[in-house]
Amino acid sequence: MSAAAQKGFRYIGKKRRTKEDPRFVTGRGRFVADIALAGMKHVALVTSPHAAARIKAIRADRALALAGVHCVLTGAELCAAVEPLLPGVDAPKVTRYPLAHGVVRYAGEWVAAVVADTRALAEDAAERIEVDYEPAEYVLDPEKAVLPGSVLVHPLHGSNVLYRRKFVWGPVEADFARAEHKLALRVRWGRSATVPIETFGVAAQWDPGRQLLDVWASIQMPKYPDQTARALRLPGNAVRVHFDVDVGGSFGVKRGLKHTVLVGYLARKLGYPVRLIEDRLENMRGGDMHGPDRIFDVQVAFDGDGTIRSLKIRALDDVGAYAGRSPLQLGKPVGAIVGPYQIHSVEYEPISVMTNKTAQEAVRGFGQSPTNYALETAIDRVARHLGMDRIALRQKNFIRKDQFPYLIPSGTSYDSGDFHTVLDKALAAADYPALLAARDAARRAGRLAGIGISSCLEPSGGNSAFEPLFNPKNETTTWMDSCLVRVDLSGAITGVMNTSSAGQGHDTLVATVLGEVLERAPDTIRVVHADSLNALPSNSPVGSRMAIMLGGAAAGAARKIKAALFAIAAHKLNQDLADLEYHEGSVSVKGDAKRMLSWDQLVEIAHRKFHQMPSGLEPGLQAKFVWEVPTGGALPTADGRIQMYPCFSFEAHVVLVEIDPATGQPKLVRYACGHDCGVMISPDIVHGMTCGGIAHGIGAALYEKFAYSDNGQLESQSFMDYLIPSAMEVPAIAIVDHCSPSPHTSFGQKGSGEAGYLGAPAAIACAVNDALAPLGTSIDALPMTPLQIWTRMRDVRAGN
Amino acid sequence: MSEQLYPISIEVNGTLREALVPARLSLVDFLRDTLRLTGTHAGCEHGICGACSVLLDGEPVRSCLMYAVQADGRKLTTIEGLAQPDGTPGALQDAFCEAHATQCGFCTPGMVISAHALLETNPAPSEHEIREAIGGNLCRCTGYQQIVDAIKLAAAKREAPTP
Repeated sequence: MSAAAQKGFRYIGKKRRTKEDPRFVTGRGRFVADIALAGMKHVALVTSPHAAARIKAIRADRALALAGVHCVLTGAELCAAVEPLLPGVDAPKVTRYPLAHGVVRYAGEWVAAVVADTRALAEDAAERIEVDYEPAEYVLDPEKAVLPGSVLVHPLHGSNVLYRRKFVWGPVEADFARAEHKLALRVRWGRSATVPIETFGVAAQWDPGRQLLDVWASIQMPKYPDQTARALRLPGNAVRVHFDVDVGGSFGVKRGLKHTVLVGYLARKLGYPVRLIEDRLENMRGGDMHGPDRIFDVQVAFDGDGTIRSLKIRALDDVGAYAGRSPLQLGKPVGAIVGPYQIHSVEYEPISVMTNKTAQEAVRGFGQSPTNYALETAIDRVARHLGMDRIALRQKNFIRKDQFPYLIPSGTSYDSGDFHTVLDKALAAADYPALLAARDAARRAGRLAGIGISSCLEPSGGNSAFEPLFNPKNETTTWMDSCLVRVDLSGAITGVMNTSSAGQGHDTLVATVLGEVLERAPDTIRVVHADSLNALPSNSPVGSRMAIMLGGAAAGAARKIKAALFAIAAHKLNQDLADLEYHEGSVSVKGDAKRMLSWDQLVEIAHRKFHQMPSGLEPGLQAKFVWEVPTGGALPTADGRIQMYPCFSFEAHVVLVEIDPATGQPKLVRYACGHDCGVMISPDIVHGMTCGGIAHGIGAALYEKFAYSDNGQLESQSFMDYLIPSAMEVPAIAIVDHCSPSPHTSFGQKGSGEAGYLGAPAAIACAVNDALAPLGTSIDALPMTPLQIWTRMRDVRAGN
Repeated sequence: MSEQLYPISIEVNGTLREALVPARLSLVDFLRDTLRLTGTHAGCEHGICGACSVLLDGEPVRSCLMYAVQADGRKLTTIEGLAQPDGTPGALQDAFCEAHATQCGFCTPGMVISAHALLETNPAPSEHEIREAIGGNLCRCTGYQQIVDAIKLAAAKREAPTP
């Protein structure tokens, strides 16, 4: 079945070159820093050296005295002129502006912006600005920040808690009471992020004649043009975001709204184009793009035969000093809160708490990967408690393929899957018996070695159902996406999408889908990115949604084009639609191939020969399709049940790790991943994103951390301290595909943009702990850095 | 504040380029802003990510860690210089397309530069040698696998050029 579902397509699922690669390999991409606007000026920033302080005075005279320095902007002016940026939950007193006003709430927060002829000059000037601070009390530990009486990050809000609710889905207490065993554990997901190689950048230009702000940005953000306009007190149609800018990686974080409001305000105030391209320090410290920083307290109720009955999960998330959509990152996991397992009831208490640290932003998976790490660690603990094989325990509790659609306690229905087979495929790809032998041989030789297993879901199709779930005042129930298709007089096809891309290959996606439906060669199809004033509604490439939502919209639009071609042919040939057939763009009478209209003839009729058109059909040949997220459209129930996302991809990871006893350095000896994202539209793209997700997961598991000192200083401020895995840390990865088509999508596709990252940290952590098990110890916090592993080994050996 | 300017003369992608530049202008800024060769990217500006890699007299270097004046009198090759004269991909770049070794494309120019330097000195590298050669180029999208595949493919094509 699975192989058959992937077959039967002309272009979908085939090995084909992408449309984007040629421009990237020749250095012909067009990134935001490549955009040169005549007369453009450059921004540099003055940032807070304190975790919390009152700003007493800012003196800019010496900066402004430099020739070529045009403006020093501070929060006093800016905050009066723009609307605050609000968090995604109902907390109106937690206001955020691009520049601090009166107080600073974390080290690195922007205090003043300098505009000068060159970036170098702007940096010189920034160094000449003097700020007097009165240091204030701060709070860094989220467990202290959550307590009554804590130092407050935003005193007007009255507490540091941005969001807290205890959901109970099903008879949790009864299930716990009935279970034969219970255990509790605490794990911590460290503060890391996606940290793309391109920092965030934005350029803006105000046209006073048209009263129009043009924006170019390395952006990946839903509702970005609307929110920019709202903050700048402009009508929505006075902001035009150019989406034909290549984004140098994002994976969720590139939500530079504060950057855009700052630069947009400056461009309008000064009358010339202004740009801000973050340097790496600005990106890591004040770019507000840190990821989840989460403490999980998990309780599991289970029986002696391995049946897991119920879960209680408390997730305390440190979002830093401000919040964009980050509290909602505790909401998305509601849609896969039991992972791939048949678990009868769940209690879930998400707590979003503020501290004096850099703000959190959306990160690949939107909170799902930390949750998967907690769940998978809990599964391993159950196995160890029962003395049961980890794989057998998973197989026992997996939802079976004959149980789909499967409704989980929190109200989401999983669409399809075959978890048993995918895990088996991953184990086969890793040669699991050989893996066990290798681990045991290493152990006999006195080395530390361990095997990690994880199995988890990738919710895909990017809906925003967590918004109404976490904020009853927000009744968002659509998260549509769209595509416009034009066939021009020459017969060439152009697909129009409505956001920028950050490496996901959307041009290839749209061309492949249009080519598939219209049976025209994708290589001949051009794909363009409309600017926001020309664009149809879109919610941008978030939540592993574009294969589903943009692919579905492109298919819908192409089918409308096809229907128009049929109508023209039926009219011209005087035939019933049912008597016609379509082949590679031509329409002919069934059984009489000579009575045929070619693609060119049909296009010519549509564009020139209105007299040959059927009545009721628009001239020209274009179609738009706006698609609501399948299964979407409903508000949550009173007890917080909701269909979160429509589609569920599945991945199973198997990894063998060896630890260098002298340095604590873990080496990933073997890595296999079984992956099922339904029908793959472009296998090369899916495999590339999956490998990239695993590499990112290796970083989160072993290396990457935004660490803070006790006085609130960010200690990882460069790539010398924040360690991104290189080709030497990332092993060769064996990916094995499986295909359980989704019943909700145009071709059976599911999402894959977050693949790999959702299960890799769990598997690697599990492998390291398997390696440490003979020492009788484990590490329950990520990242498990070589130093932490080495320290733990030393302590154990010293008898501590 | 007017800065003193220094004359430099650099052969870039086979063309002699002359300019007056301040001493503190980095080579990457000179290439990008002065010459408008924007294929060379600034990712970290402290010599770790490798996105700004160029060939200096054939050797891969970080153009963010050099001043433009230090390249005076030298020969530079940037990513644009590895394409065919009409701007379409050269052989190594074509192998990157065949293996889909890019996603966002931001690290790609530096990767191609490092791979080119490797294959010039080691036409038949092992996987480990490939990984070592690109070990100073960070990529956040691909997990490196398709990049390694592309370099292997390019090496194989060098060994057996099509007639």
